Amino acid sequence: MTGGRAAIIVRMREQNTYAIRWHGRGGQGAVTSAKVLADAAFRSGFAGVMSQPSFGAERRGAPVTASTRLAREPIRDLSQVTEPDIVIVLDESLVALGGPTAGLRPGGLVIVNSPGSASDLGIEDATVVTSDVTGAAEAADLIVGGQPMVSTAILGAVAAATGLVTMEAVEQAIEHAFTGSAARKNIEAARIAFECTAKGA
Amino acid sequence: MSDVTATSVMTGNEAAAAAARLARVQVIAAYPITPQSPVVEQLSAWVESGELDAEFVAVESEHSALTVCIGASTVGARTFTATSANGLAYMTEQVWWAAGARLPIVMCIANRAMAAPWNVLNDQQDSMSVRDAGWIQLYCRDNQEILDTTLQAWRIAERLQLPVMVCYDGFLLSHTVMPVTVPAAVEVDAFLPPRAAPLTVVDPDDPRNIGPVVLADTRADAEGILRPGYMEIRASHHAGLLEALDVIPEVDAEYGAAIGRSWGGLTWEHMLDDAELVLVAAGSLATQLTVAAETLRSEGIKAGVLGVRAYRPFPVAALRAKLAGRKGALVFDKALSYGYEGPICTDLRAAMCGEPDAPLVWGAMCGLGGREVSPDQLADAARRALADGHAGVRDRPTDWINLHPEL
Repeated sequence: MTGGRAAIIVRMREQNTYAIRWHGRGGQGAVTSAKVLADAAFRSGFAGVMSQPSFGAERRGAPVTASTRLAREPIRDLSQVTEPDIVIVLDESLVALGGPTAGLRPGGLVIVNSPGSASDLGIEDATVVTSDVTGAAEAADLIVGGQPMVSTAILGAVAAATGLVTMEAVEQAIEHAFTGSAARKNIEAARIAFECTAKGA
Repeated sequence: MSDVTATSVMTGNEAAAAAARLARVQVIAAYPITPQSPVVEQLSAWVESGELDAEFVAVESEHSALTVCIGASTVGARTFTATSANGLAYMTEQVWWAAGARLPIVMCIANRAMAAPWNVLNDQQDSMSVRDAGWIQLYCRDNQEILDTTLQAWRIAERLQLPVMVCYDGFLLSHTVMPVTVPAAVEVDAFLPPRAAPLTVVDPDDPRNIGPVVLADTRADAEGILRPGYMEIRASHHAGLLEALDVIPEVDAEYGAAIGRSWGGLTWEHMLDDAELVLVAAGSLATQLTVAAETLRSEGIKAGVLGVRAYRPFPVAALRAKLAGRKGALVFDKALSYGYEGPICTDLRAAMCGEPDAPLVWGAMCGLGGREVSPDQLADAARRALADGHAGVRDRPTDWINLHPEL
């Protein structure tokens, strides 16, 4: 990545609105990620939050997107985010397809679920942060149908890389969306991702 | 339900379900269809868990869903259903029956495009296609308005003995999360007391014949009393819809006094004061128009937004008052009367026809089948209309936004 985590947070906080686009594969839970982030952002003090799925066919494994907007005032633009400030990628293999960086604002932030280093991803003109979210989900035993579930774990990485939401708010939002042991495991995975992202920065 | 008012982030469908629960709805009958399904899934979960004391009747079709509501409403229950698109089309016969029978049913419509071709995404063709069935139709701009309007809908319905459709854009609101304040149950109970005994109640000690054939002429009933014919009943129904022009704003104001939020009654506006070009739409499209209008203002263009909240009854007097003296009104429809133009555009043209200081009224078509609409595209459409207006164009075909006519 270029620049430290503190620099990213400072720049992010200078803006009043944030357009965020999610990239995942059908079944990974990008829509859940987007919803829970909106909740966490509301709990972190954003008066305007909005998350919506993209409205295409629903197929397991197919590339999917979702949109989130965060602002200090209610959101009135309900269109899909096409010029994101922040892109969050749940599946590293999507980066090479080009979708995640399409329309990315100059100097934007890209958060990628990857065990590798940011420089290996070949993304230019952006601040890139990697986080081993899949590893965090595995460490928390957050496995469903044999697959590590990264949809909530990645919120720990988002909290660490952007500073826009607090981990406390992320945990409260996860507790609101899940119950019992599912909530516990999702929170643990998010905490692990938060820690490993912070260290990476 | 909570004893205290609380704000949380939820979808439009969740807001609709929360309203039905707060209204202490007694009978719910529904058949699943995207994008409405989460509304009744949530309600059925609450009925199953005991959190909502209601009968949930699972049926084999939308036609039966509304039929169950008609039966339950006839005997006095507060009833609810929700549907979209082809589901609404399938229940159309009973849509007319519910209205003609003057039953205060509330139905949420998560607006979706009609097939064919098959499509599950948003436009407003479904509810617009039954605008003439005698229901009140209210369109919501965001998820908070969905919750508040659904609660208002029962109060309006039960005052007028008329069914109400609460329409909100599928996916754009139904599946999009945003903050929604859910009022405390005690406040809603004060605003919306249990339904009063209906005129049509079935009582074994006072047997009635419900739904008899009513032919062209008036005729005497079994007791020799002269009763209305079909035309008198229809005139009375129409009068009820027209009375709603007063009742909808009254209930909105009562809700404001009880809960703390009001939505403008029949219409709402954004930067309309000195606007020369007025952008008109119903639903979330009008919310997006507020962003477009601000962009136009930043360029020195005096643009404003007039949102249509009540589409039936059509608020002719309110619209005339708001639009008098403007240079132009550009109406954005998400539905089409094939072979003519958008329904709101047609209705607004008719309302303004002959008014001495009427603006030019032009139409734009957008968002059919979920086609993306951005505030920038809406602002571009306004700029095109302005340019044509300055060039002296009077009669102008509907402007299709974000269309690829070469395909």
